[in-house]
Amino acid sequence: MLNLLAGRILGAIGVFAALLALAAGPAAAQNITGAGATFPAPIYSSWGEDYAKAGGARLNYQALGSGAGVTQIINRTVDFGASDSPVASERLQKEQLLQFPAIIGAVVIVVNVPGVDGTKIKLTGDVLGEIYVGRVRLWNDPKIVALNPHLKLPAIPISPAYRADSSGTTSIFTKYLSSVSPIFKERTGAGNAVAWRTGLGAPGNAGVAAAVKNIKGGIGYVEFAYAAENDMQALQLANGSGKFVSPSVPGFMEAAAQADWANAKNMAADMLNMPGEIAWPITSASYILVPRNPKDPAATQRVLRYIDWSFRNGSATADRLHYIMLPTAVQDVVRQQWTTLAANGRPLWPAN
Amino acid sequence: MKQLSPAARARYFRRQLVDRVMSGLCMLAAVIGLILLGLILWMLFSNGIGGLSLSVFTNSMAQPGAGGGLANAIVGSLIQVGLGAMIGAPLGMMVGIYLSEVGKESRFASVVRFVNDILLSAPSVLIGLFVYQIAVAPMGGFSGLAGALSLALIAMPIVARTTEDILRLVPQAYRDGAVALGSRENEVVRKVVVPAAFSGILTGVMLAVARIAGETAPLLFTSLGNTNWSTDLTQPMASLPIAIYRYAGSPYGEWVSLAWTGAMLITVGVLVLNILSRFSHAAVAGRMKG
Amino acid sequence: MTTPVAHRPLTAGRRLHIGDTAFRISLFAAGAVVIVVLLSILTIMFVGGKQAFDTFGLGFISGTEWNPVTQIYGALPAITGTLLTAVLALLIAWPIGFGIAFFLTETCPERLRGPLGVAVELLAAVPSIVYGMWGFFVLAPFMAEYVQPWLTATFLWIPPIPDTFYWFTAPPIGVGLITASLVLAIMILPFIAATTRDVLQSTPQLLKDGAYAMGATRWEALTGVVIPAVRGSLFGAVFLGLGRALGETMAVVFVIGNAIRMPDSLMAPSATIASVVANSFPEAEPGTLDLAVLLALGFILFVVSFGVLAIARVLLRQERMS
Repeated sequence: MLNLLAGRILGAIGVFAALLALAAGPAAAQNITGAGATFPAPIYSSWGEDYAKAGGARLNYQALGSGAGVTQIINRTVDFGASDSPVASERLQKEQLLQFPAIIGAVVIVVNVPGVDGTKIKLTGDVLGEIYVGRVRLWNDPKIVALNPHLKLPAIPISPAYRADSSGTTSIFTKYLSSVSPIFKERTGAGNAVAWRTGLGAPGNAGVAAAVKNIKGGIGYVEFAYAAENDMQALQLANGSGKFVSPSVPGFMEAAAQADWANAKNMAADMLNMPGEIAWPITSASYILVPRNPKDPAATQRVLRYIDWSFRNGSATADRLHYIMLPTAVQDVVRQQWTTLAANGRPLWPAN
Repeated sequence: MKQLSPAARARYFRRQLVDRVMSGLCMLAAVIGLILLGLILWMLFSNGIGGLSLSVFTNSMAQPGAGGGLANAIVGSLIQVGLGAMIGAPLGMMVGIYLSEVGKESRFASVVRFVNDILLSAPSVLIGLFVYQIAVAPMGGFSGLAGALSLALIAMPIVARTTEDILRLVPQAYRDGAVALGSRENEVVRKVVVPAAFSGILTGVMLAVARIAGETAPLLFTSLGNTNWSTDLTQPMASLPIAIYRYAGSPYGEWVSLAWTGAMLITVGVLVLNILSRFSHAAVAGRMKG
Repeated sequence: MTTPVAHRPLTAGRRLHIGDTAFRISLFAAGAVVIVVLLSILTIMFVGGKQAFDTFGLGFISGTEWNPVTQIYGALPAITGTLLTAVLALLIAWPIGFGIAFFLTETCPERLRGPLGVAVELLAAVPSIVYGMWGFFVLAPFMAEYVQPWLTATFLWIPPIPDTFYWFTAPPIGVGLITASLVLAIMILPFIAATTRDVLQSTPQLLKDGAYAMGATRWEALTGVVIPAVRGSLFGAVFLGLGRALGETMAVVFVIGNAIRMPDSLMAPSATIASVVANSFPEAEPGTLDLAVLLALGFILFVVSFGVLAIARVLLRQERMS
């Protein structure tokens, strides 16, 4: 009986393996593999689907996290890596990588203050930082009241919510707070995951959003896509010019346009807290990394073609998913950077 | 009763009262258990049924608005659970046979039994970390194979335990009869004891499959998940629990709704497997005792 | 569970046949695999986490600061959260689980026993991520709205430990230690109920009959005769439940609040070892301290669960053997 069973199992494994071989067969040829940041994963994958439908190569993007994306491209196990934070110049130099921005995202602050329209609440980055270190604990704290003299703010505790999972969203948000709030920089600092001094963590955007929705007095940060898709009340923040702005796509575009792309080393232009009429202060680019000395130049060219196609045809998808395209001028700077790539003495871009 | 003094009578009623109250509380506990099960199932169905459609089974995960489904996650789960069971179940059966038929109360068998019982309840997140260290890190990437391996390690002790338990129910007379007819030890076990308990052993396998089908934590570190259709065992592979976890935390309503549908599907599947295995277990155990 | 009577080895008096030898060796090897797996888990976790132990020494266990930015890692908040939630879950689940077991063995109508038993055990089969979603989307809002304000008002009289621990006085945010404990309690309830039922059923009928003959009620027979006879096994069931609760991951991630700092009340957001590992793992690069501390945490969790489960098995097996 055991023999019989063993025979059956072996048979089953055989059939299984054959099925696997069949299914895996036609894949490999014209593929692009990428890995890294989770924040831009939906847009990269969606562009990939659109691109494949338009006759381009198929993209297989793995949302491993920014750190793993960088590791993977350094080991050359993928065709491109993706990271929410720019990689340091020395490391790019050492590992022979070219870095360029591909998409822009924004982080917005959602609130749940009973009796108050959240979109009317105004905060400065400084006060937001104090909230997130537990210095400002009540919604009717004098510092908040001073910014919102016309609102009837209740005397209830502020419950800050943050992402429990390490994420690019947290990285952007903490980088912003560290740049505008000295006390936040000193007590918490910036990173994919940080030691929060107060509040509660919930998994994913949905976790933070639900926490804010469920808790009276809650405040949290989520990706713009999430707030837009779920009609959440996002408050106004002071930007680099001291103007109070609500998050908006034109506001993100203005922030991107204000950034100093021409002089930014490795295109790591700082977009946080930009000045402007409507520029949203927590705006940031997500980056793609490709090898400068590719072992498989054709694969790198496929990556460039895919990004180029997405720059030209991807704005409808980006709008739908609430991501922000790079301004066209910046796209041109990116393409300009690609021309520095070469293999065997031949430039990889323009790809013919 | 007439002879009882008032004090004794009062004591009698007090004792009866305590008995009634405590029995009532115990029944209440059982009712609470049932209500909890009902509440959880109700939440799953009320949130999950809306997203149920044919495309859930025919389409792979796709961008919001593109009518994506969970086909790749369902197939990924089937592959990893299937492979995990194929590795874990035979091993577990052998361990169970060893414990029941060969090792018995020997010192080594006692250690194996003890360790197996520990593995049975070991945190599954640690099995994931372990497989990450021995398979994912050296192989240079997350893979469906690593996912299957972690599930196999969870299935093995379950099958070992149920196999031993069911083999111990096989009447000793079967073994004695086979020996009397001149069978060798391996023949007794292979041709008499195991066949007699085989449906019971399969029940154990079913329970193990039900358990590993719902595991999320070990897959986070091993097969990672994949948004594309992929059956390549050396590549990251999608699975229902991971798809649920990722989609439940996503910005897009369509994805969140798919997460609920996936959660409903997997729970229904696991519960059905459990009920089936319990019925067949009861039948097998009944036959052997009777 | 019937134990086979002591029996003459099947092969006694015969020369060991080659087929029998191969058969025995292969089965013996399978048994050895079980032990090898356990030892490898311990070794791999320890080796992987060694960098953390080397860097922080014992401070890794006693440190209260967990800061990825400054790369200072102390595991005490996660250890505290793990132990607190598991013990609280046990305090909630044990009375209910015991009640269910008593009901199923003694007072439940014969016909309902099977279906009811299965229904309770099905609670154990629901995947843990589903418990997490239920806890987060259904239980947490309910806790915040009704249960937590009530707890705060009811237990105000417990004197707080100033600046350290305020018991039930905290903003009602829904998620946190107490909510995680409740979800864990529901998850371990079926294990406790099933194990306790098996233990109660294993008591010889003669013992109970003796008590009934003396005029004892069912409850008195239970507390006076049955429980003293199987006390060890009952504790075994408790430890088994504790072992389960210690390592649960996905359900806890949703409801614990994921704050890696020392909790200042029973309603404060906290973290468990398992939740920290699951949350931090995706961004921990191989070869870094970030990954080593997670493996070191895993090692601690494994050692603790091993101890608890070992106690459970020893207690449960004692009765089984006698």
